Amino acid sequence: MNRAVIVGASAGGLATAEALRKAGFAGGITLIGDEPQLPYDRPPLSKQLLSGQWEPDRLALRPAADIEALGLDLRLGVRATGLDIERQVVTVADEVDVPYDALVVATGVRARRLPDTDGVAGVHSLRTLPDALALKERLRPGRRLVIVGAGFVGAEVAATASALGVQVTLLESGSVPLAAAVGEEVGRFMTGLLHEHGVAIRTGVAVAELTRAGGGATGVRLADGTVLPADDVLMAIGSVPNTEWLAGSGLTVQNGLVCDQYCAAADGVYGVGDIARWHNPRFGTDMRIEHRTNAAEQGMAVARAILGDLRPFTPVPYFWSDQCGVKFQAYGHLRDHDEALVLESDPAARQLLVAYRKADRLVGVLAAGISPKLLRAWRALIAAATPWSAALAITTV
Amino acid sequence: MKVSVEADKCVAAGQCVLLAPEVFDQREEDGVVVLLDETPEPQRHAAVRESAMVCPAAAIHLAES
Repeated sequence: MNRAVIVGASAGGLATAEALRKAGFAGGITLIGDEPQLPYDRPPLSKQLLSGQWEPDRLALRPAADIEALGLDLRLGVRATGLDIERQVVTVADEVDVPYDALVVATGVRARRLPDTDGVAGVHSLRTLPDALALKERLRPGRRLVIVGAGFVGAEVAATASALGVQVTLLESGSVPLAAAVGEEVGRFMTGLLHEHGVAIRTGVAVAELTRAGGGATGVRLADGTVLPADDVLMAIGSVPNTEWLAGSGLTVQNGLVCDQYCAAADGVYGVGDIARWHNPRFGTDMRIEHRTNAAEQGMAVARAILGDLRPFTPVPYFWSDQCGVKFQAYGHLRDHDEALVLESDPAARQLLVAYRKADRLVGVLAAGISPKLLRAWRALIAAATPWSAALAITTV
Repeated sequence: MKVSVEADKCVAAGQCVLLAPEVFDQREEDGVVVLLDETPEPQRHAAVRESAMVCPAAAIHLAES
């Protein structure tokens, strides 16, 4: 193994490169990324960057000198366009093919958009630094912002924009935000926080189209005919894996790059981060996780696998979200739960604790306003696949 | 090895405490990182490096001689 090629230069790709070097790998590492910036962090885009607390330079994942010290063949602003796993080469736009011995696919996801909204002035996504800077520029007191999608990102932006004096309307297709992912009580709790922060929320609504004038958006028309005037519209309706460049490669793509428990998609080809759908034996299921911590952990696991240290990748997924000054944290695999049991919900004290059951086992926990240290005990129970009844007996005494 | 942390970047994920509990802790109230040992013993270096790599806020910095 002389040459590792990593496609995708965000958290997952960089972690893989860094872990290879820390493990003593002295061969060539090519890191290809389609964004021109040095690798930067995305969670602060909807938080500190948008609120103006941080300037963009604070987003750097590593100081430039640390990246220099990794001795990478770093190709930024370069888009991978194809893959030939027989010849073991990556095709890139406007450059010669890049051969590899080991390939890491870490091209992540992009923001989902409503059809026919590309290039319309005043319509935003929030995935990249330019996205965030463009939106930030527009958040001025008295302006009207409609956010389509009341997931964690949409809600984070809603609270931030509202604090900047923007009139915010948050649209949700379900009857309660977040219900499918983490249960109705979490959605109701978050709704309460957002109301306190002056955000208007409309649930059970479908967007029919944008209203436009002169090439720009002027608002959103709902399916019932209501028009919500807006100066800006943010699409926060989830993401799409960037797998197009893998078409025809022979790799299996199915809502992400399908990988085994070692994160391998084929001999010498691995998936890392938001794009990878791998089998997590700890939960006995395939998962694709768009969480910041997973990108780094998976990059480290893949670096080990490339160097011959094969161990199944079995993380307990973790995410956090800052909502109206309250930190939400969750461990485990919440999405496919059979039951979301509310153990504590005190909106006045801004505290919430929900445990998640799948079959007869504890698979997750979500907390808001609760000491992160206390939550680690829950993580241990989830990691140990604790039976539901036993977990509740331990945690409710 | 000399360890430093940027507390104002910390997102309280606690990944560092899981990996290197002798070197990192969290504040009770908000989970923000507390550095217990600025110059950890060599046998802890691997875990500390892993903590720095996995930190989701890139808030752990290492100076290695």
